[in-house]
Amino acid sequence: MSAYLSVNNIEVIYDHVILVLKGVSLEVPQGRIVALLGANGAGKTTTLKAISNLLAAERGEVTKGDIQFKGRRVDQLTPNELVRGGVIQVMEGRHCFAHLTVEENLLTGAYTRKASRGELKANLEKVYEFFPRLKQRRHSQAGYTSGGEQQMTAIGRALMANPEMILLDEPSMGLAPQIVEEIFEIVRDLNQREKVSFLLAEQNTMVALRYADFGYILENGRVVMEGEAAELRDNEDVKEFYLGLSSSGRKSFREVKHYRRRKRWLA
Amino acid sequence: MQFFLEVMIGGLLSGVMYSLVALGFVLIFKASGVLNFAQGAMVFFAALSLVGCMEKGAPFWLALPLAFGIMTLLGIATEKFVLRKMVNQPPIALFMATIGLSFFIEGLAPMLWGNEVRRLDIGLVDEPIPWILDNWNMVISKFDLFASGLALGLVALLALFFQYTRVGRALRAVADDHQAALSIGIPLQHIWALVWAVAGFVALVAGMLWGARNGVQFALTFTALKALPVLILGGFTSVPGAIVGGLIIGASEKLAEIYIPPLLAGVFGGNFGGIEGWFPYVMALLFLLIRPEGLFGEKHIDRV
Repeated sequence: MSAYLSVNNIEVIYDHVILVLKGVSLEVPQGRIVALLGANGAGKTTTLKAISNLLAAERGEVTKGDIQFKGRRVDQLTPNELVRGGVIQVMEGRHCFAHLTVEENLLTGAYTRKASRGELKANLEKVYEFFPRLKQRRHSQAGYTSGGEQQMTAIGRALMANPEMILLDEPSMGLAPQIVEEIFEIVRDLNQREKVSFLLAEQNTMVALRYADFGYILENGRVVMEGEAAELRDNEDVKEFYLGLSSSGRKSFREVKHYRRRKRWLA
Repeated sequence: MQFFLEVMIGGLLSGVMYSLVALGFVLIFKASGVLNFAQGAMVFFAALSLVGCMEKGAPFWLALPLAFGIMTLLGIATEKFVLRKMVNQPPIALFMATIGLSFFIEGLAPMLWGNEVRRLDIGLVDEPIPWILDNWNMVISKFDLFASGLALGLVALLALFFQYTRVGRALRAVADDHQAALSIGIPLQHIWALVWAVAGFVALVAGMLWGARNGVQFALTFTALKALPVLILGGFTSVPGAIVGGLIIGASEKLAEIYIPPLLAGVFGGNFGGIEGWFPYVMALLFLLIRPEGLFGEKHIDRV
């Protein structure tokens, strides 16, 4: 499979001193869903922001390695150029424009395109087809909609840019389990019907591995494990550390010595 | 009754002049969530640039676009040298930056154009309209009426622009969330340069009208102070709010000036003139207690 999006050994430093990513490499093949897993502070969001070039606004910088999309280096582009190139990020915590209506939120997503009124209308209809719930709420201010609806608005807004690839950061955050399922179903749907590739950062390992094709596990700014999603799901370590299951039944994290967990990962 | 109407209409019309200054604040506040302390300085600078160009021999119709060009350059420079470094900084940092900017502009303007008080003649005289004077015996200034018409037109245009155009929508989006706007590919640089240029244009119109009435001088920077109660009343984020706020402030301060001092003097004795000077601020203060987001301002949306 040819490299579609590839991240090669990148190092990210914040504020010139804080080393967050220590050589992360990963690949997203075209038309696939790849999950980026790991605990809080492992570097998932930073990896996504390094790809989407949103780091600069947070005083972060890619100091080593490179990022390529369809054979072109993209790590020095502005977010605007990257969005026009087909890669868009949906940020963690949704970040809807609270005072704009849902429909206006969606329309801002098309800002980078020179689309006619008719095209925009068709586009909106398509988004509403994926998210029927948004159609009912189209005229309410986004700030007053529920968390799930905001997540849908954020994804829909990204869709309006006609992306080839969406970087989706923590879509399950703060949502009820049913809503999480609903959102992941839509992600799968988008992937299959619209051929949008996804790089998905998630803490909810169980759900993410069910929908993804491939997974990377990050810890402390490094990739510590990678593999087919099915393979990772069956991996004893993953089961133990992320799913809370082990061969000897359910086990409390407290009983596992910290250094032992760490050692097994890095071995 | 006739006198009351005359005072009120005069107040309403002068209120529109406040609205015009307030409008500049609203534009920048909407697009960047920052109170632009330099708006008064921009009004001063714009008026001076206009007069300066006319002194250099340009006719009015040429001086106006020239002054607008200068304001646009100022807007672009502000974005490039001040705001670009400030993405994702807390609003207070941006606010401080605009304070610095206002001192810079206040210093730059006399350096470029000299610091004597100038007259600005835009071909309008501040005299009563004869027809109204004859038929209703009321003094309504021609100048005020024209200024109001211009301001209302400008406001209507801006309101439509914000509500229905792609760029207007992007401006509102940027005001809500810089980072999210960046993430969907809205180039903050262009947007900010644009909004500062538009604010510069509004400052130019305000400077032109205020300058024609009171002379072009440093005191124009203080028009910004009169815009503050207008903003508090109308709401910092609302274009129509700036207009309604200006009308209320204008009418109420003139009416207060006429009708309150005799009452107070009747009770306490002595002289209570000059209420006009501080009445708007007292109103703003009371308003803050009742409705802090202003009449038309956006409510702060918090999820709990």
